[in-house]
Amino acid sequence: MANKLAQFGNDLHSGQKSFGFVANRKKWAVLALLIVVAAALVPVLRGGFNLGIEFRGGSEFTVSSVQQTAPAIGENAIFTAAPEASDVRVTNIAPGTMRAQMSELTDDQTLAVASSLRDAYAVSDAEVTSSFVGPTWGADVTRQALWGLVWFVTLVMAGMALYFRTWKMAVSAIAGLIFTVVTTVGLYALIGLEITPSAIIGFLTILSYSLYDTVVVFDKIRENTARAFEGKDKTFGEQINLAINQTLVRSINTSIVGLLPVGSILFIGSLMLGAGTLKDLSLALFIGIIVGTLGTLFVAAPVYAWLRLGEKAIVEHDALVEKHRRGEITEEHNEQPVTRPEATMQRIEVNNINL
Amino acid sequence: MTRKLSHARNTLVGMFLVIAAVVGGIFATTASGGSWSPKLALDLSGGTQLILAPQVSGSDSQEVTEEQLEQAVDIIRQRVDGSGVAEAEVTTQSGQNVVVSLPGALDKQTRDLIQASAQMSFRSVLQAGAPTAVAEESRLSEDQLPQPAGEPENGSDPNWISADLYRQFEALDCAAVANEDAEAQNPENAIVACATDGTEKYILGPVELNGTDIKNASYGQVQSAQGFATGQWGVNIEFTDTAREVFRDITTRMVGIGATTPGSPRSRFAILLDGKVLSSPSSKAIIADGRAQITGNFTEESAKALSEQLKYGALPISFAIQSEQQISATLGTDQLKWGLLAGLIGLVLVFIYSIFQYRLVGLVNIFSIIVAAIFSLALIVLLGNLMNYRLSLAGVAGLIVSIGLMADSFIVYFERIRDEIRSGRTIAAAIDHGWQRAQRTILASKAVNLLAAVVLYLASVGNVRGFAFTLGLTAISDLVVTYLLIHPLIVLLGNTSYFKNGGRFSGMDPVALGATPLYRGAGRVRTPDEAPLESAAERRRAARLAAEQEALEADKMKAGGNRGE
Repeated sequence: MANKLAQFGNDLHSGQKSFGFVANRKKWAVLALLIVVAAALVPVLRGGFNLGIEFRGGSEFTVSSVQQTAPAIGENAIFTAAPEASDVRVTNIAPGTMRAQMSELTDDQTLAVASSLRDAYAVSDAEVTSSFVGPTWGADVTRQALWGLVWFVTLVMAGMALYFRTWKMAVSAIAGLIFTVVTTVGLYALIGLEITPSAIIGFLTILSYSLYDTVVVFDKIRENTARAFEGKDKTFGEQINLAINQTLVRSINTSIVGLLPVGSILFIGSLMLGAGTLKDLSLALFIGIIVGTLGTLFVAAPVYAWLRLGEKAIVEHDALVEKHRRGEITEEHNEQPVTRPEATMQRIEVNNINL
Repeated sequence: MTRKLSHARNTLVGMFLVIAAVVGGIFATTASGGSWSPKLALDLSGGTQLILAPQVSGSDSQEVTEEQLEQAVDIIRQRVDGSGVAEAEVTTQSGQNVVVSLPGALDKQTRDLIQASAQMSFRSVLQAGAPTAVAEESRLSEDQLPQPAGEPENGSDPNWISADLYRQFEALDCAAVANEDAEAQNPENAIVACATDGTEKYILGPVELNGTDIKNASYGQVQSAQGFATGQWGVNIEFTDTAREVFRDITTRMVGIGATTPGSPRSRFAILLDGKVLSSPSSKAIIADGRAQITGNFTEESAKALSEQLKYGALPISFAIQSEQQISATLGTDQLKWGLLAGLIGLVLVFIYSIFQYRLVGLVNIFSIIVAAIFSLALIVLLGNLMNYRLSLAGVAGLIVSIGLMADSFIVYFERIRDEIRSGRTIAAAIDHGWQRAQRTILASKAVNLLAAVVLYLASVGNVRGFAFTLGLTAISDLVVTYLLIHPLIVLLGNTSYFKNGGRFSGMDPVALGATPLYRGAGRVRTPDEAPLESAAERRRAARLAAEQEALEADKMKAGGNRGE
């Protein structure tokens, strides 16, 4: 199996096997655009996101180590202690853990509900946790997160433009980024997952992951295309495509290695702890890592190719390569004449030898 | 080549030294009360966390400046400390909110105390004394107690002092005052109060001016009449137009008292913040223009502090609770336990995967992740001791998530080496070239990680901040480990005969990697015969390679037929 992946890597590296990330860029662009539009429409059609209590405001109680996990027990307890409470939701979020959410309570009501829940579920004081969130809290978090987003994108665009010395890479990286974030948030809305501040931070972290992935692939593209105009056997687009393919095994490995720990937090978090920081963060990351990897391969890199392919020098070079392929140009003998084993270099298949 | 090896060895020593320095740092900080385990945040250890948003009384539009917020935090910290809650932490967040974390549950009294707005006020001093309680035997007897002769006429009138108030003053012990109830200090009445620095206690008249009467405050060197700096520090207060006249009256009165009875405490006025006296200067001149200068034994620092407090006083801030969380210690322990288990599972999965993918070299990956994890944890412990950094649940999540990112540096590097082997380089050369190219990628991508962590840290509110922190921290540890551990280890391994020759399980097996032969020009391809084999091991290897090669070719023929490529 490992050998198969290594073999797969070998084929990708030599170009024997190749996925048309660049050749089919129009298809990917249309597909990505459709996904992004759909992802943006989902929340509209569903009438908004499923927002966590941090955005709605209210009081929340968590009761752990309960024997009976019937929500009715909690609902009755809340009703007896605080008849004024509205919007009461009692859910069993993990084995032996109940969560009760309701409208904002006063201090006295909070104490009353806490002790009522404690008695109803027959647990000790230490097992009841309460929290209160003001209605503006979530908005604060969101505003901060948006600021973070703006700063991050600006800094990263500047940094990438400087590092890669071309704004086109920066722009295409951002295209991949937008795809990743919008799609992830759309998926959240589609499945009806609760959006909490932790999830929002998860979305922000996805930005970092997605860009990280893009930087690695772009670095290889830059390396492969550094002497783009010297050879005559590959067009610029093909060189980009080869670079993407050559980093494909790394992309797969990175995603898997990234998903393994995140998946184990998600698994343990949702199974043992229910909703909360761990689950919300890891769920956003889990979806985002997958979407982010796809975003680099199918959006960022093809967009870059698309942005570059119209350049005059590249069009000219591509024409040259075409001519060369049709045999209209013969070898310019800069190098020593060589008799090649067979056909073109990239198709070479000689015995593999350790040197 | 040997130079490279010794360089690699030196680098490993460097890694050792870096770790030794961190461990040494922890050891040094344990001497002053630090611990060997990370400090835990409230969501893991249990307790209450309040997030407060400052609100300017009376107006919604006024923004709270960072300095004012810092003042507010100081005040809340004093109040919480004063209420007897141990180990409370008060911090600002994003320059906008105040976060109060305390162990255990929060009682209503402490909660109200925290929310209350601090008021600055000016009162005249009626009497001053040593900050300790007067001993029982030396207290005034009943008949000696002051008896007001009539209604007080102004703020400095001794008629404010009633027998009751005097008894209170005698009993007041500034060292033992747990919690000054600022709210209970009626502005209409005379009160007793302590100095913030605990050097004096006072009987004070009713409030005559408020913090809102201050237009501005600054500090600077006191200038002589000739306009030369005297080297003394002073605090300048400017009152608003409406307060100017009141202040003129006060100073007129006090200068009068000072003239008749020099040194009388009644020639002083007290500036109170949150029920404590910040400063009680005596008035030496009648100030008619509303610009007062307080001089005394100020250092630059204390002058600055007072002027900032005065500025804060001009804008009384109260606090609205944004979010409040009470976490039971059991829940916290549970979360930590499951979080750690999740981390362990993640770690083991990554280990299995890297062995599966990278064979023996995968061990380098595993080893480096372990070292990076220990290094990150050590940094967290050190930061806990130095800066009171506390690990939260989100922080634990950050640590776990970063396992994947740490492994990725290795993957980027090692895939690069494999690519170089595939292009036909020798293993030693592949390691060299692979590193040259991979390190740039690693640096660029880590920079993205670090940048994201910093932005996240600055942008995030609430517990999730810990996530950004550990993410950034591990990005740094990862860089350190990649440069000081992974690379030298790979170089050293690459020099052992097993790896040099691409042993079957080395992960660098050129056959498995389908190395194409080095194209040597002139139509010749280097074959094994050309390179003289140096050792018996290499000859055996060559024989095995030839056999494997044949098998592989045969496989390919078959597979090629099926694949139809």
